[in-house]
Amino acid sequence: MTQLGSFPGGLLLDGQKRRSTQTAIRTTPISKKLILPMQQHIGEAAQEVVSIGDKVLKGQKIAQANGHMSVCLHAPSSGTVTAIDKQPVPHPSGLSAPCITIETDGEDRWIKRQGVADYSQLSDHEIRQRIRDAGIVGLGGAGFPSFIKLNPGIHHVIDTLILNGAECEPYITCDDMIMRERAKGIIEGIIIMRYALRVTQCIIAIEDNKPEAIVAMESALEKYPETDTIKVVVIPTRYPTGSEKQLIEVITQKQVPKNGLPLDLGIVLHNVATAYAIGRAIIHGEPLISRIVTVTGTDVKHAGNCETLFGTPISELLNFCNTHRHKDVPFVMGGPMMGYNLTADDLPVIKTSNCILVGVDNTSHQSTAMPCIRCGDCAVACPASLLPQQLYWYSRAKDLDKTREYNLFDCIECGCCSYVCPSEIPLVDYFRFAKTEIMHKQQEHQKSDIARQRHENRQARLEHEKAEKERRHLQRKLALAATQSNKEKAATGNNVGENK
Amino acid sequence: MLSAILAITLLALIFGLILGFASVRFKVEGDPIVEQIDKLLPQTQCGQCSFAGCKPYAEAIAAGDVDINRCPPGGEATIQALANLLEVEVKPLDDECGVEKPKMLAVIDEDRCIGCTLCIQACPVDAILGAAKQMHTVIADECTGCELCLPPCPVDCIDMVTVTSSPTNWRWPNPTELTTQYKEQQ
Amino acid sequence: MALFKLTPPFLSGSSRVTKHMLQLLAALIPAIIALVYFFGPAVIVTIILAIVVALLAEALMLKLRQRPLMPFLTDGSAVVTAILLAIAIPPMAPWWLTTIGILFAIIFAKHLYGGLGYNPFNPAMVAYVLLLISFPLEMTQWSPITSLADHVVDIPSAFQFIFQGSLNSQIPIDAISAATPLDEMKTQIGLLQTPEQIMQSPIFNSLAGQGWLWVNIWFAIGGLFLINRKIISWHIPFSMLAAIATISLVTWLISPESYASPLFHLLSGGTMIGAFFIATDPVTAATTVKGRIIFGAGIGLLTYIIRVWGGYPDGIAFAVLLMNMLVPLIDYYSQPRVYGDTSS
Ligand code: SF4
Ligand code: SF4
Ligand code: SF4
Ligand code: SF4
Repeated sequence: MTQLGSFPGGLLLDGQKRRSTQTAIRTTPISKKLILPMQQHIGEAAQEVVSIGDKVLKGQKIAQANGHMSVCLHAPSSGTVTAIDKQPVPHPSGLSAPCITIETDGEDRWIKRQGVADYSQLSDHEIRQRIRDAGIVGLGGAGFPSFIKLNPGIHHVIDTLILNGAECEPYITCDDMIMRERAKGIIEGIIIMRYALRVTQCIIAIEDNKPEAIVAMESALEKYPETDTIKVVVIPTRYPTGSEKQLIEVITQKQVPKNGLPLDLGIVLHNVATAYAIGRAIIHGEPLISRIVTVTGTDVKHAGNCETLFGTPISELLNFCNTHRHKDVPFVMGGPMMGYNLTADDLPVIKTSNCILVGVDNTSHQSTAMPCIRCGDCAVACPASLLPQQLYWYSRAKDLDKTREYNLFDCIECGCCSYVCPSEIPLVDYFRFAKTEIMHKQQEHQKSDIARQRHENRQARLEHEKAEKERRHLQRKLALAATQSNKEKAATGNNVGENK
Repeated sequence: MLSAILAITLLALIFGLILGFASVRFKVEGDPIVEQIDKLLPQTQCGQCSFAGCKPYAEAIAAGDVDINRCPPGGEATIQALANLLEVEVKPLDDECGVEKPKMLAVIDEDRCIGCTLCIQACPVDAILGAAKQMHTVIADECTGCELCLPPCPVDCIDMVTVTSSPTNWRWPNPTELTTQYKEQQ
Repeated sequence: MALFKLTPPFLSGSSRVTKHMLQLLAALIPAIIALVYFFGPAVIVTIILAIVVALLAEALMLKLRQRPLMPFLTDGSAVVTAILLAIAIPPMAPWWLTTIGILFAIIFAKHLYGGLGYNPFNPAMVAYVLLLISFPLEMTQWSPITSLADHVVDIPSAFQFIFQGSLNSQIPIDAISAATPLDEMKTQIGLLQTPEQIMQSPIFNSLAGQGWLWVNIWFAIGGLFLINRKIISWHIPFSMLAAIATISLVTWLISPESYASPLFHLLSGGTMIGAFFIATDPVTAATTVKGRIIFGAGIGLLTYIIRVWGGYPDGIAFAVLLMNMLVPLIDYYSQPRVYGDTSS
């Protein structure tokens, strides 16, 4: 086996995974109403291509990719479009965004699907196009449009495709379960991605706390003849190994350069569930309309993983899993380290919803933070080798320039620092706050630069117009004076003549 | 004891020198002061400072003619930044000029607009589109919220609306304030 | 009332400030027992007095600064400061000496700088230096080692001396005052004795000062326990001890007639308590890994320089304060390489 690397910092956490791996993946019943936000990915929101009252079929495109960093959106089930308006979306802000609402008819009738059994008939460009049309984004949680990461461009040579099956965050098991149950589908997807990227090796990275998934993937690989370039690599369980740069260092012992991309090392990284979705999209022509969501936590009676249509209200998913949630007590969207709190459970499941966590064992309480005692534990735990105590100091003082000097934007928001802090300071909160403040300031600056420019242009134009006016005025005056003096001359001439 | 005092004085001296050297060595050559001041002003171009736009105000500040607390759109943050730049005391906003309020956006009620072009002439950043006798619209991205287009409109068809926040421009709340809020809840 | 956490992460480790401080106190216990064994039980009286005054001063300052009492009184930091100062000053120090020291440490060196986490200088050491400069006489009256004293000062007479300044008539004054090994070494070397000759005196044993040897060893063991429990990191103590060992080895090899051995320096005076308990105070120490090594080494060097060539027998307190001054600078220039940063 190849030698593994390791990244600085990190934590050993209690995985709490067994709770949701006791039952096979179940399918959540089709909800009466599906709410589909038009932006479920990083980039520009999609543009709707249906109107209110339209009948749609399962898998029909309802919103078109709009701009380069954008993907399409499809109807998860057949029914009628009843609204296109702003609805609350799952986001830490709790704010609303444009959504398409579909009233389902319960028939779940598919649109005609066009799969291609032999991917090699397609060019790599066509494959990317299909993946984009199928609305596929990274299913690990960030929601980056996948087709972009399958396009190395002309400046890079990619030799390694890493499939992220680490799933390092406690409680979440959706990748674990998809690897156990749908290993074949994942491998089909990997083969297509390998073809599109023309890579020479594919590595499926799985943390060693998922022995069943490792066995499932390995035995599925055996059934494929052309899989000698695909292999499973078992990596030690440590948070946050599943984070892009950290996983790459574990596998290749190389660090992705600061401000760089994995591409710079000739590496592309995708989630295993994304690989599965790509396989379905190319071979079966199925767009991305559902995902596997882990529903778990101390208040969930029947915890497990549920294949859920996008747009399904979270409340229905929670009911399906027999959850006793106290109203007003928030639940977590995502994992316990990087997820965020939500209170409203009528929000829809979206492409990036990997886990819904209701009740955490030995949860930490919100407490008044003590002052930082500069113990440095946070710096030891930080996988990005930052100095969280300094970042905290400057973020708190809103000294934003200083936070950048201390590399705020290299923070991956993993939460390790907050976890270890003996003073219970919500460090990551401060970093998120400082980041959004800086971005806001930058936008303001750009705006004010534009305003200044426009104002100056206008001033210049006004000046010009004024000058122009004056010139014309002068000309006219001169002309007038000239004719007058001519007249006068003529008159005086006459007079002179007369006088003569 | 003498040696300790000596050592401390010596160290203080050495570090004073190092810091002094660093500040000279790494000093950034900046823009002329008017430009620097102008950069800190919000460029709303509203004239509330009693000057005909941000640049003239910047020039007046640079000349030392006026106080730094006359820009309501910039509010406290701008005053703070100016005070830092010019190394003067922070002052509260001069309420003669106006009060700080959230950023607004002009919206023309297109049904009522008579196409008189008066607002176009008033807008300092050319953010209004339209031609004579045709209804006008505001380019939302360019509008600075200066409100200068309101008074000239003969039919009062321009409204100022607050800029709504959406998940894309939302900002993470300040944890310090969040903790206080939380305490109050309790 | 909301018991849930509002923001991520929703899990948190078990490390807490109070827990840190409690383990620190636990690690001090063996050495305190050694102190009692070698220098009599008076030190207990001083420690208790210091803790009481420290807690009162802390509560007063929190009230004045309108801070909540509970989390800060129970965080243990005031108790740690109190004990460190109480151990550092002579065991039979009069009550007013201890009280002035503690008040100065808590009120001036800690709270006027902003309280826990904000003080740039180690409060116990600031107070120690203040006392040393203001009351040199009282501060150098160290108790003789019990095995050499004719009379052991028991708790009642310690009480009497500390609070009333008088002694039972049967107890001679030299029962409470004798030269410490570091003093003796310094004075005698000044009188051109060689360390070897000096060490013949009964207050020394073959390695270092009688009693002091063991006290230092117990401090070191307590310190190793703290490193093991991850309460402190190894960087500061080890770089500090390494610095002392190196420089004393060099001088000793060059001229054994006028410099004491490395072992003597490592096991005398406040070396071990300084290395493991004082220099490692997180608030006032450097926080980066490289920075901590520089910080520790600096303390080690300065300690030796002050001990050997300076005006005071021991230099830990001055060395720590001097290095505290440099912490912002050290931290700034010793930032770790950020993940993936390839620019040198
Ligand atoms: S872990 Fe907490 S207390 Fe320790 S240095 Fe970091 S922020 Fe400060
Ligand atoms: S949240 Fe940021 S600063 Fe904290 S440990 Fe993670 S990467 Fe480091
Ligand atoms: S008040 Fe402020 S924004 Fe308005 S013109 Fe004056 S400087 Fe510009
Ligand atoms: S549209 Fe109105 S409010 Fe907006 S910048 Fe122009 S004049 Fe000012």
